[in-house]
Amino acid sequence: MNWLLDLTPDEWNAVRLSIKVATVAMLFSLPPGILIALLLARGQFWGKTLLNGVVHLPLILPPVVTGYLLLLTFGKRGPAGAFLAEHFGIVFSFRWTGAALACGIMGFPLMVRAIRLSIEAVDRKMEAAAGTLGANPLWVFATITLPLILPGLIAGAILAFAKAMGEFGATITFVSNIPGETQTLPSAIYTFTQVPGGDEGALRLTLISIVISMAALVASEVLARRVGRRMDIE
Amino acid sequence: MSVLVDIGHRLGDVAIEARFESAGRLTALFGPSGSGKTSLINMIAGLIRPDKGRIAVDGRVLVDTDAGIFVPKHRRRIGMVFQDARLFPHMSVAGNLRYGRWFTPAKERYADMDAVVELLGIGSLLGRRPAKLSGGEKQRVAIGRALLASPKLLLMDEPLASLDEARKAEILPYIERLRDETKIPIVYVSHSVAEVARLASDVVMLAQGKVVASGPTEAVMQRLDLLPAEERGEGGAVLDTKVLGHDEVFGMTVLDSAAGEIRVPRLAMKTGARVRIRIRARDVMIATEKPAGLSALNILPGTIVAISPGEGPAVEVGIDCNGATVLARITEQSRHALKLRLGGKVFAVVKTVSFDRANTGAGLPLEVDG
Repeated sequence: MNWLLDLTPDEWNAVRLSIKVATVAMLFSLPPGILIALLLARGQFWGKTLLNGVVHLPLILPPVVTGYLLLLTFGKRGPAGAFLAEHFGIVFSFRWTGAALACGIMGFPLMVRAIRLSIEAVDRKMEAAAGTLGANPLWVFATITLPLILPGLIAGAILAFAKAMGEFGATITFVSNIPGETQTLPSAIYTFTQVPGGDEGALRLTLISIVISMAALVASEVLARRVGRRMDIE
Repeated sequence: MSVLVDIGHRLGDVAIEARFESAGRLTALFGPSGSGKTSLINMIAGLIRPDKGRIAVDGRVLVDTDAGIFVPKHRRRIGMVFQDARLFPHMSVAGNLRYGRWFTPAKERYADMDAVVELLGIGSLLGRRPAKLSGGEKQRVAIGRALLASPKLLLMDEPLASLDEARKAEILPYIERLRDETKIPIVYVSHSVAEVARLASDVVMLAQGKVVASGPTEAVMQRLDLLPAEERGEGGAVLDTKVLGHDEVFGMTVLDSAAGEIRVPRLAMKTGARVRIRIRARDVMIATEKPAGLSALNILPGTIVAISPGEGPAVEVGIDCNGATVLARITEQSRHALKLRLGGKVFAVVKTVSFDRANTGAGLPLEVDG
């Protein structure tokens, strides 16, 4: 047991950074995730198929391609990257924020899928009933739709978190592998496998990675069950 | 208080062209399925936007396609009780009941939580989840939820249709209390003669998207020819009566009606209580002389005022009994044999046992009072 927890500072950094990156990626994808899922589930507009395709792109493209596209767009000289750096002081390239962006983008299709499915399962008659009781569309969403899709939200969020914990290709392409800044767990494991005698470190981080992923999964199960029990939908 | 609907709307194959105005306490929109009654009530609620026309409640225009007016449903202040209750599964019964209150301006709130809970008998359910309620309980909570939004009009879309007979009997008295004890007018959609005859003060009868008759219940329900085929056997005269007294020895209740005294099986109602009864046309026999040696207890003298062809071998005879019209369905052969004609003096004969829960106002369980 001791050898498992006896991590070097760099390894600790990788663990902490991974959790931070995955949490930030998950939290910041939730609002746009809900919005896009709503659009795809309920909207009827020109270009819906296109939007659906774009959202799913990170799922089908090689991660390296996604990472490279991010580098082109959000890098120091990329159009979006230059704009954000100049006007808001937000810099993505070679920062942990860039890792979070890459992880968020990679997990986004999974999150949108889960939320979209739960929105499509909502009985719209409930929303109509709330409307006749005086609730305007915004209140209906906040008090009826949102609570009813909560299990889907949790599932989507955990999926995005788990995806972010394991994201490697897009992250390393976009923000490289800088210890303490952008070196997440998978990058650190990869680094260990590239040096002689790194097997023990790689195994340690692998086990930690498994523990964190399992914990996230169990937490989501418990949460979803609690929400489900509270609701008791017939 | 009045409801005015004058709309045209195309819905699949059915073209709805309906116009009616009602100021009744409880107006029933009555017709077979597919007649457009649910569409109409959804238009009043704001759930469907009619292609053209006007809807106004109490003078307030909710829809006027010519003037481009369409008040969205959440600003109409019209309560709706759906056939499938539609309680919010993520809230307790109390949470469901309180929901509409939130959105009602404070000075327009007239509904009182305690009074509504008492009226509907749902006090013991408040802490429960909707999934744990029976069908009848759900529907009572749904009625309470709509009432507590302090609506100006209450719409009920076949609230009993998905319930079994026992559950229906459980809820009907509450709807009667709602009609009699609150000031809020009700529009009630139904395809059941029994419900309409018992509850409605006014009836708008619909067929294939058109209004075929409308007016006070007693008058409209005389039109047996307009009833949906599957409900025709239930059709008959609707009479408002008063309990004269009870015959404890034989277990009967004597009712006073315009047509004369009517004996029905014992009702759980106090002397003086008002009861609306429905005498099914198929339960009425006609005699040309006052019958003797007959088991039937109700023999009402009257004059034939209408004879119209019924279905198959039947004719439908309207008998004016002292101002109240009783309908009888007899065969064409009997009409011939008895030489029945307009203006003829006859007796309408009705067996006491032909009355049951469905056609007397005896929804309350028999044991509740004496």
